[in-house]
Amino acid sequence: MELRSNEPDKSIPIEQRWTKHKMAGKLVAPANRRKYEIIVVGSGLAGGAAAASLGELGYKVKCFCFQDSPRRAHSIAAQGGINAAKNYQNDGDSVYRLFYDTVKGGDFRAREANVYRLAELSVNIIDQCVAAGVPFAREYGGLLANRSFGGAQVSRTFYARGQTGQQLLLGAYQALERQVAAGTVEMITRSEMLDLVVVDGKARGIITRNLKTGEIEPHVADVVVLCTGGYGNVFFLSTNAMGSNCTAAWRAHRKGALFANPCYTQIHPTCIPRAGEYQGKLTLMSESLRNDGRVWVPRKKEDCGKPPEQIAEKDRYYYLEEKYPAFGNLVPRDVASRNAMYVCDEGLGVGPVVDGERRAVYLDFADAIKRLGEPIIRERYGNLFDMYERITGESPYKTPMRIYPATHYTMGGIWVDYNLMTTIPGLFAGGEANFSDHGANRLGASALMQGLADGYFVLPYTVGNYIGTEASKRIGQRTFPEIGTDHPEVQKTLKDVKERIKRLMSAPEPKYGPDYFHRELGKIIWTKCGMSRTKEGLEEALRQIPKLRAEFDKHLKITGTGEELNQTLEKAGRVEDFFELGQLMCIDALTREESCGGHFRAEHEEDGEAARDDDNFAFVSAWGYTGDTAKPELNKEPLTFDYVKPSKRSYK
Amino acid sequence: MSTFNITLHVWRQKSPTAQGKFEDYKVEADEHMSFLEMLDVVNEDLIEKGKEPIAFDHDCREGICGMCGMVINGEAHGPQKLTTTCQLHMRQFKNGPFDIWIEPFRAAGFPLVKDLVVDRSGFDRIIQAGGYISIRTGAPLDANATPIPKAVSDMAMDAAECIGCGACVAACPNASASLFTAAKITHLGLLPQGQAERPERARNMVTAMDNEGFGSCTNHGECESACPKGISVDFIARMNRDFVKASATAYDRAAKSDGD
Ligand SMILES: Cc1cc2nc3c(=O)[nH]c(=O)nc-3n(C[C@H](O)[C@H](O)[C@H](O)COP(=O)(O)OP(=O)(O)OC[C@H]3O[C@@H](n4cnc5c(N)ncnc54)[C@H](O)[C@@H]3O)c2cc1C
Ligand code: FES
Repeated sequence: MELRSNEPDKSIPIEQRWTKHKMAGKLVAPANRRKYEIIVVGSGLAGGAAAASLGELGYKVKCFCFQDSPRRAHSIAAQGGINAAKNYQNDGDSVYRLFYDTVKGGDFRAREANVYRLAELSVNIIDQCVAAGVPFAREYGGLLANRSFGGAQVSRTFYARGQTGQQLLLGAYQALERQVAAGTVEMITRSEMLDLVVVDGKARGIITRNLKTGEIEPHVADVVVLCTGGYGNVFFLSTNAMGSNCTAAWRAHRKGALFANPCYTQIHPTCIPRAGEYQGKLTLMSESLRNDGRVWVPRKKEDCGKPPEQIAEKDRYYYLEEKYPAFGNLVPRDVASRNAMYVCDEGLGVGPVVDGERRAVYLDFADAIKRLGEPIIRERYGNLFDMYERITGESPYKTPMRIYPATHYTMGGIWVDYNLMTTIPGLFAGGEANFSDHGANRLGASALMQGLADGYFVLPYTVGNYIGTEASKRIGQRTFPEIGTDHPEVQKTLKDVKERIKRLMSAPEPKYGPDYFHRELGKIIWTKCGMSRTKEGLEEALRQIPKLRAEFDKHLKITGTGEELNQTLEKAGRVEDFFELGQLMCIDALTREESCGGHFRAEHEEDGEAARDDDNFAFVSAWGYTGDTAKPELNKEPLTFDYVKPSKRSYK
Repeated sequence: MSTFNITLHVWRQKSPTAQGKFEDYKVEADEHMSFLEMLDVVNEDLIEKGKEPIAFDHDCREGICGMCGMVINGEAHGPQKLTTTCQLHMRQFKNGPFDIWIEPFRAAGFPLVKDLVVDRSGFDRIIQAGGYISIRTGAPLDANATPIPKAVSDMAMDAAECIGCGACVAACPNASASLFTAAKITHLGLLPQGQAERPERARNMVTAMDNEGFGSCTNHGECESACPKGISVDFIARMNRDFVKASATAYDRAAKSDGD
């Protein structure tokens, strides 16, 4: 398949592309908008903002989420902040610099025109959010405060205490509820999209399960927008919310939407380590802690079981400071994560033994407390220290924190063009669900920015342009042929969904609930397709996954019925889709014979650092579903860099 | 690692109309488990035994989405202050009590769905009544055009921290949603951007709260002590002032137009 990015012509200077693109786009007259129905799946930053904005423009919008309220989408959990090139600190920031940092941070695996647009829109986001009442942190003079985040050399991150995602999401949620009150948006909660309806090659609706009653319901529309978040829970343990899943994206993929770069996943270095087999999720400790904390492990294996206080200074191995003197503890996420893994692989990990090994490193604040005093540390990190203590029962004021990397974000996702349209006409994808802007690695505080840019500022134009373009092709006729829920394709998809549920509920030898299989799948993906990947490991994973899948098919056990609230059934469907996505991740990682960003192939390194191969791999891998999950079809979108010349990321 | 034995008494109710009752489960708890991980273990075991797991709401497990919530030994979100159910850890029970009673958030405004799951959509409808600032997506003023004193902005943030979990309602003897409603009215009412709609907002949101079947506030203050985010009851006084002022303004306006 030829992939058309539909980005503006490269002869147009990059800073004019989005403006010109909008000018060239088709509009839909206000009076006509209410004739068009748009389904938005997801109410996080991307979906919430898109549904509210499209509703406000006058389209007839239906918005779905699986939680009991749109305000609970996973975006709510983001802590650190949101980037914007406002240059309020006068420290040399600009749209161009944010663009440059993002392309470079993404290790030259993103589309330049998209990234530029993201940087450009970042400033509008802050204006929009402040006008909507988002209480960002302020300085004593009453102006907005900023901080530097994730090693950035400018202070461009806006924040609201440690709850930036919460405040941004509540802003979008309130705008959404305002539209619900105005009658332009119908919000359907506790409802899960289980399939996409495609009629004559175009996305025309979805099939959902009402999670309260179990009813399978068809919904038809003229456009479908997926803003369903990332797939980090394929690892079972991650910092994502328990319900985060890939089902909507995966079902769309099975209906023809290409899935791009699934192997680009981000492992965050500072999370609270796993305490036992029962553990259901991992908790992130904000990256900002590395500004003052020092990372170390004992130099000698025999010290690993001792309390940290008993290990002499000379016996402590500050491995980041030693290996990366220029950046020290502030090396980028992937570097910090990989090095924590290496020292634990060497047997130098600390903390309690879980599953026969110690997998944690210390993040020590003793020096910072000595230097700055406890009150300052309390002011900076009090909330985080309290959260750590609630979870582990230990006080970081008295003893070093124990941390270990965990999956946090997925850069891969549904392939979209510059308009955020997938390879199925009429199907759009925004937020973490698409692959677009972060390349192989996402910079801190850039996901919130992308979600809101897509939702508030990109999708409202590009969805309108799609409708306007279709209308202009069919003057005098209905833009979209009328279909009802009785359309044969809708009914067929409905039947498929029902049959799938029946199949899940009637495994031949039911034995274990879905969590059992999810945990086992997670172990495979985490060890073979996690922080460091090898050919052998990935091939091994590709043998293990189908075996485990066969077990799942045979032994899955779901109690209760499908005609009621049944959380086991919900989970089972999600786990089944993770199996197929996990397989594709491994195939993608195996095919990409280079190291870039979050994808580190142990065979492709120089002095322990990632070795990118621009001659052979400067492309997006967009995978097509063929019916056989072991043999997906690879399509390539070549990437060219006219503004930011590819260079080596080096932090030594 | 230390483990101990507990007995759970959990409210089980198959559907809104079915008869509910407490059922007992014996569990070996690890002190490092979270309360919900302990329930996960119970549930996996129930499934393997062919029984239906306990239904409960949860998502982020980080104390921020507001989805979890149950009454544990008579207290909304359990014994630890400023802590949601998902952040509660079993070490809190290491020295007893070893009998733990678990019930849903019960309130007229929160109809029961199943087991520990209740319907809190009334909260969304209260927000629909006015919990927003009416601006269009587009090109508002530059974000720094209106400085806001730090103290004002910080107080707005104190109110905005509400996670909408409903513990305040579950803890209130009148099942009032005053703390939830007041937190939003305060957040938006403190900011300069929120002034234009301030009277209508207070009036409409308070009316919506009453219509949803939540009780009225009689100053017990249980809401504040159950609130995992420590939202202050002082905000209820602010809401009441805004409400009275809004009603007076509406009255004045009506009187004036009558006179013309
Ligand atoms: C702990 C943590 C901290 C973070 N901190 C930061 C930070 O400081 N800065 C930053 O920029 N980024 C941060 N991130 C990343 C960022 O929060 C997310 O990438 C972003 O919020 C995703 O937003 P979204 O709108 O794409 O999806 P989400 O917020 O995940 O929303 C998904 C929506 O889709 C719905 N949905 C999903 N599947 C279905 C289905 N099948 N049917 C119906 N509905 C469905 C859900 O109900 C939900 O409403 C953090 C992430 C984590 C995990
Ligand atoms: S699960 Fe999100 S607050 Fe408890």
